[in-house]
Amino acid sequence: MEQTIMDTAKLAGPGTEAIIRAERIEKYYAQPSENRIQVIAPTDLSIVSGEIVALLGPSGSGKSTMLRMLSGLSRPSAGKVYWHGKPIGDAEINVSIVFQSFALFPWLTVLENVEAPLKARGVPPEERRVCSMKMLDTVGLDGFEAAYPKELSGGMRQRVGFARALVVEPEVLFMDEPFSALDVLTAENLRSELLELWANKTMPTKSVFLVTHNIEEAVLLADRIIVLGRNPGYIRTDFRVQLAQPRDRKAEAFTQLVDYIYKVLTRPDVSLEEAPEAVRSPWTRGQRKTKYKMLPHARPGGIAGLLETLIDKGGRDDIYRLADDLALEIDDLLPIVDAAQLLGFLTIEEGDATITTQGTEFANSEILRQKEVFREAVLEHVLLIRQIERTLEAKSDHTVNEDYFLDMLDDQFSEEESQRQMETVIAWGRHAELFDFDGNRRRFVLPDALEEEEEGDDD
Amino acid sequence: MKLQQNYGRTLIGVRTWPFFTDLAIAGVGLALFFAMVKLGTYWLASPMPAVEISHSVRALPLYAFYSIARIGIAYFFSLVFAVGYGYVAAYNPRIEGWMIALLDILQSIPVLSFLPGVMLAMIALVPGHQLGIELGSILLIFTGQVWNMAFSFYSSLKSIPREMLEASRIYRYSAWQRFWQLEMPSAAIGLIWNSIVSVAGGWFFLITCEMFPLGDRFFRLPGLGSYLQTAASANPVDVHALVWGLSLLVLIIVATDQLIWRPLIAWSDKFKLEQVESSTRVASPMLALIRRSAVLAKLPAQAWESLDERIYKKLARTRAAQVVQPVDDETKPDGRMLQIGIAVFAVLLIVWGGFEGYAMLKNVTWGDIKLLFLGAGATFLRVNAALAIAALWTIPAGVAIGFNPRLAKFLQPVTQIAASVPATALFPVLLLGLLRYGGGLGIGSIALMLLGTQWYILFNVIAGAMAIPSDLKEAAKLYKFTRWQTWTTLILPGIFPFLITGMVTASGGAWNASIVAEYFHIGDRTLETLGLGAQISAATDQGRFSILLLATILMALIVVTINRLVWRRLYRLAETRYKLEG
Repeated sequence: MEQTIMDTAKLAGPGTEAIIRAERIEKYYAQPSENRIQVIAPTDLSIVSGEIVALLGPSGSGKSTMLRMLSGLSRPSAGKVYWHGKPIGDAEINVSIVFQSFALFPWLTVLENVEAPLKARGVPPEERRVCSMKMLDTVGLDGFEAAYPKELSGGMRQRVGFARALVVEPEVLFMDEPFSALDVLTAENLRSELLELWANKTMPTKSVFLVTHNIEEAVLLADRIIVLGRNPGYIRTDFRVQLAQPRDRKAEAFTQLVDYIYKVLTRPDVSLEEAPEAVRSPWTRGQRKTKYKMLPHARPGGIAGLLETLIDKGGRDDIYRLADDLALEIDDLLPIVDAAQLLGFLTIEEGDATITTQGTEFANSEILRQKEVFREAVLEHVLLIRQIERTLEAKSDHTVNEDYFLDMLDDQFSEEESQRQMETVIAWGRHAELFDFDGNRRRFVLPDALEEEEEGDDD
Repeated sequence: MKLQQNYGRTLIGVRTWPFFTDLAIAGVGLALFFAMVKLGTYWLASPMPAVEISHSVRALPLYAFYSIARIGIAYFFSLVFAVGYGYVAAYNPRIEGWMIALLDILQSIPVLSFLPGVMLAMIALVPGHQLGIELGSILLIFTGQVWNMAFSFYSSLKSIPREMLEASRIYRYSAWQRFWQLEMPSAAIGLIWNSIVSVAGGWFFLITCEMFPLGDRFFRLPGLGSYLQTAASANPVDVHALVWGLSLLVLIIVATDQLIWRPLIAWSDKFKLEQVESSTRVASPMLALIRRSAVLAKLPAQAWESLDERIYKKLARTRAAQVVQPVDDETKPDGRMLQIGIAVFAVLLIVWGGFEGYAMLKNVTWGDIKLLFLGAGATFLRVNAALAIAALWTIPAGVAIGFNPRLAKFLQPVTQIAASVPATALFPVLLLGLLRYGGGLGIGSIALMLLGTQWYILFNVIAGAMAIPSDLKEAAKLYKFTRWQTWTTLILPGIFPFLITGMVTASGGAWNASIVAEYFHIGDRTLETLGLGAQISAATDQGRFSILLLATILMALIVVTINRLVWRRLYRLAETRYKLEG
């Protein structure tokens, strides 16, 4: 590991001038009750010339928010972003963003889409056309200039997105999960073309900042990787990748690095030796003691499926390999793993998942017994479900309004997240047959208080 | 061989048509010029509140022209206002909630109640010219057209995908570029469909507000509406003139549909936000013709481009275009001041209105108020009877049309045109027939409400029936559902959201129509029935502004309350439970 990872602080010394420098930027949303939702804790970050930076993190760690603050699209709640030493709000910055959804204007032709940013800068028509055509040629869209985006395939559309981004010759090129809406082959193809453009200096861009949830993609492309932790988002680790391009996915050093990052991502509670002291410094300002654990959004059926696969593998397996076998993106698998861990069905060590006795019983039992095991597990580990169950038992009519619990969640989560937490609680509670939920009246009810209506979430 | 023939014919088409279209367009331009001159001399002439209406067919084209001019001008102002209002509401979060609530209320106020106030104000504002009376009627048509357009523009702005908005910011679009390349295209489709509805509504009001008594004065403007009304109220009825007038009206509506709306709908297809090509498209031969015309295709485009380039060049040099503006920037320094200003203004307005209202209402007796509530009850029953009858026939008919694509293809344009014919124009004819067979205004008023509002329900039911996925229909057939089962488990739940949308519009329209429907001058008689609408009309006639004010407030209150209590709830139910998702 030592030869592939080095601390950024040692490499990018104070002499290197940053293009974009963020000083203790944070993002929070004020809540009506004095608390506030902290999305990103105070963070320092610099983007310097000559590197591709990849920003990795689990969902909910504020990757996209970070990108938007660094590009000037979103104003930090506190802290400052500088462009060549000037506050970003006053500087004439030159950046582009390649969006996940492409964000092309469907009523403009390919050429008009690419020309639009130049038009905004007052470039005369002739010059605009020449530049745009050249750029379309570069990204391999020669001959498509008169087409409308909806006539193109997803990969071609993202090529238009790249052409539009590059035509203004940005100093920093931001990319927000640019390949995640594309199929595997198309994405691979575009990635290697991007690397080629970068390596040959075909694009005048000095730095690329890539947000992704795909670890392999990050290791494949980046010179420097930043991993975010969540609740609130903060930098877990920031290091350089010392692998020569082109990189080989099958090489020992490559897989080792991928494994290492998986470990960082899957063990949020363990601190890393590599992490610089500054990261773990007090970023707890504005934070409260958390009462409710954040529930991962996983379905009971998904948890059972994962555990069954794990038993087939002898009760212990590498999470990375599990994702591969189940043909899941790691971002989709992690919530299920988290949920199983939270319920005490498995433990995680060194990136390996090991099934527990309860987990084995849960996975191996027939449906009624399975529900019993699940019931015991949620009652023991999920505070909110315990509270709902007790409230329902205590009330004479055995029903209670959803808002009552939503208010308690709202103190801790954003409105949207509270809503999602509630959905998970409802799905789990229904599966455990602890209570049911009347979607029309938005009320929890005890199962026997409700007329026979099976809306099972169990698959 | 066949191929060659086709080729030859298209060549001829390409060669000859543009010449003729160009010639035709030049002719239209010349005509437009003379029309403006004519309109100008008429407007600036001294005022003639009650113009004598000739029943000669020869006078008809000029009358039609005046009516069209009124609607066109009112529509133009509606468009400008809708865009402005929607824009301000969408981009000023501090006042957004207030502006939308205001829009909701304005939408529910019966337009015709404004008639006396607006007329008197306009005549006072522009004394000595015909323009005053004209502006009054235009303003009334405007208030009937504008709200749904403003709402449509606003909601289009709010539903622009976030990443597109971000793209426009990061590439430093000026407000100008954002408007033409992002906001206007996103709003185009909604605006066009709402324009169609609005202009149809405009005809409805035009017919009534070209001719009306106000206290001891009588107003009559030259136009199609007053032509039809005088023909109907002549003694004996001038059937000849009535037939000619109605025919011309239908002709104008069909022409508007073919020459303006269809080309616009076909053209706006490219503004769909969907990322895949859809299979169904509206065809418009007119649009094809315009596109082929050399003059129309090139000349305005070139003129526009050279102007446009200069604007872009100038804007690019401004400070605002050189920095990236954050999307979530809510700390505008002037936002607070604006809000306070508006709040102060609103409070002053409310206080002033309260005093005026109090002074006006002092002479209202309990008897009046009791009568108003009784009238409200009667109109309530009538509106709901009309809705029930409309639903009873439109649901089976709409489902039949919607389930049969061939029928739909033929009948949909026909019903669209039928819906555009203003009910107020047909009303006199209908009422005359009713009177002959012993019916009265009680039935007549329900019939007028029905005429004016059933179409909204029919359209929506057709759309709903067409939206039911065919695999569900096949499943129903496969499992041998009885007819009853098919209706209760598939069709009714399937069309429910659409039905509700139609009913909301119809309900509001029916309340508004009651003002015309419950009180009517025919020949030298005044027909009247108990109802809130009749009370509003009578108060207008007699110049009793206190009753007019009270009745208007009552009606707006009822409409808003019903919307909040009934329709919005049903709407939510439709959204959550009866939504057909792919």
